[in-house]
Amino acid sequence: MSRTKPKLAVWKFTSCDGCQLSLLSLEDELLELSNRLAIAYFPEATRAVIKGPYDLSLVEGSVSTPEHLEQIKRVRRASKFLVTIGTCATSGGLQALRNFARVEDYLREVYPQPRYLKVLAESTPISQHVPVDLELQGCPVSKKQLLAVLTAFIHGGRLSLPHYSVCLECKRRGNICLLVAHGIPCLGPVTMAGCGALCPSSRRGCYGCFGPKETTHAVSLASWFKEKPGLSQEHLTRLFRQFYANAEAFRQVVEGS
Amino acid sequence: MSKEIRTIKVEYLARVEGEGALWVKIRGDRVEEAQVRIFEPPRFFEAFLRGRHFSEAPDFTARICGICPVAYQMSSCQAMEDALGLTVPEPLRKLRRLLYLAEWLASHALHVFFLHAPDFLGYQDALQMSRDHGEMVKLGLKLKKAGNTLFALIGGREVHPVNVRVGGFYRVPAREELASLKDSLAWGREAALKTVRWTKDFPFPDLEPDYEFVALSHPEEYAILTGRLRSSRDLEIPVTAYEAHFEEIQAPYSHALQSRQKGGASYLVGPLARFNLNFAQLSPLAQEAAREAGVTPVCRNPFKSIVVRALEMVQATDEALNLIETYEPPSEPAVPAQPRAGVGCGLTEAPRGSLYHRYRLNEEGLIEEAKIVPPTSQNQKSMEQDLVQFAARNLNLPDEELTLRLEQVLRNYDPCISCATHTLRVKVVRD
Repeated sequence: MSRTKPKLAVWKFTSCDGCQLSLLSLEDELLELSNRLAIAYFPEATRAVIKGPYDLSLVEGSVSTPEHLEQIKRVRRASKFLVTIGTCATSGGLQALRNFARVEDYLREVYPQPRYLKVLAESTPISQHVPVDLELQGCPVSKKQLLAVLTAFIHGGRLSLPHYSVCLECKRRGNICLLVAHGIPCLGPVTMAGCGALCPSSRRGCYGCFGPKETTHAVSLASWFKEKPGLSQEHLTRLFRQFYANAEAFRQVVEGS
Repeated sequence: MSKEIRTIKVEYLARVEGEGALWVKIRGDRVEEAQVRIFEPPRFFEAFLRGRHFSEAPDFTARICGICPVAYQMSSCQAMEDALGLTVPEPLRKLRRLLYLAEWLASHALHVFFLHAPDFLGYQDALQMSRDHGEMVKLGLKLKKAGNTLFALIGGREVHPVNVRVGGFYRVPAREELASLKDSLAWGREAALKTVRWTKDFPFPDLEPDYEFVALSHPEEYAILTGRLRSSRDLEIPVTAYEAHFEEIQAPYSHALQSRQKGGASYLVGPLARFNLNFAQLSPLAQEAAREAGVTPVCRNPFKSIVVRALEMVQATDEALNLIETYEPPSEPAVPAQPRAGVGCGLTEAPRGSLYHRYRLNEEGLIEEAKIVPPTSQNQKSMEQDLVQFAARNLNLPDEELTLRLEQVLRNYDPCISCATHTLRVKVVRD
């Protein structure tokens, strides 16, 4: 039995551990999953290590140190199927805000004696360094989507993830549009669905933590924000420079296309 | 005994949050040095918070830690409210406490069942443990879920809640929504009591360091959000005086700063500290469970922190039920926050211990300076002292066994290394 179980590995780069935790938050499914998959490498959950290669690797975190550049290549070589999970792994994460500053300035201001650790000037997504089979966006990822990926992997089924915007989920929940009705800036129209329109359902504008959807019109939305709620350029910059600051579609708003 | 050098090292600690290593050097029969080495890369939070708006701090700092985001949100909110001169009314404060208790429950259940218990019972992980202790592992998962469900109901989701803001919340739940969780929390209270009875008989290695315990303390409640900072010696200060008493130093082998008291002494924050300092404020049920388990103040054995976490789960479920029973939805979800220049600090009790934030804002409400001190940085010095003390008493153990036990010494702390590395000395390399 056990020799036929596919081997799962969970890797961490620069991150908060929240996406790996989403795997452990599958409380109802975890034991069953462990019957179907051999947990071969998952240091946050076990001391045991089964040697690679691995059938499925979940990779959390961004590439942000010189060691990572080599490490991610080793992970890729050891993995048949590699899925990146979360904002850090798919876009560089909140820590990619340093990509827009001179890191030396950060260092001079905050860290008077920069000597003990080496970091790269930019925090970047895994896909910038190795081929990735699937990206799961979100800060954190949706545990339902994570389960869908694992289930599709186990059963070999076709995986279908939404590629539309948060707006569709919001409509389905019957929410009144915050943007239209109340003039609250909301990134829902340009943000990938998957969260279930959490923020608008809590009566706050979407802050884009699932990242841009495919083919967005972020620049157009931004010019709308300038007119309707009357946002300043500084406010717009802050709005688009958050958890997916490094995503091309959001960078265009701030940097001009 | 010869003066042979023996080194115990673990290059990548398992079953902790984040990336760390341990290293202990023994010469003959003397433990010369122990180091907790943290190699988790820095993320520059204090740096990129500069220039951001005060309202962004709760969502940004939540991303320091996927395990205790509410702690970051609450310490940052309270610091901002202090800077802006806001007072959050009692009904909103109670709702915050309820959300915080949910985080305690989910985080403690994760640690007790998944990260800590396997050490005592001789397994590599909880899944392996479930073959022989299936019922308890299932109970642990369900208990974690009870915490997460309450967490998601108030916060929107289980990790990085979306509903918290400076001044309160975006949306407050209706009575019926919270009432729907009463059954699962009542079950959780029984399950937590069962966890106390299960863990109390674990084999506890002999270790009783002379810690100075430090925790938030309040005369009327088991302090989480409000109170003064007290220690088991003579310290009692308002949280605004935190930096006058504690400082951070840099160790060359670690990427996180270590805290100590000014003057150099180590101290301990977390469940053991809270339990010893605030036992009188635990609910009668939790107190009774503690007495039955034979774990009462002063408990100095860090291995017994697993029982104390179970007791805090009794407290969390018991109090959550009480808060839900008496819940009246606050009239407004938040008090309005207007920008002004100022400095503010906040300290709350994360599952792992006191978490301190301080911000300086300009008149537009933009952050000019940020300082964050997480519990794991504060405990690092105590962790190293525990390693030295434990190794010295157990030199007769073979390397493999000693290594495992020393890992366990660190897991006693439920260290969160992701949290600890937000402030690092770094060198930039361009590829």
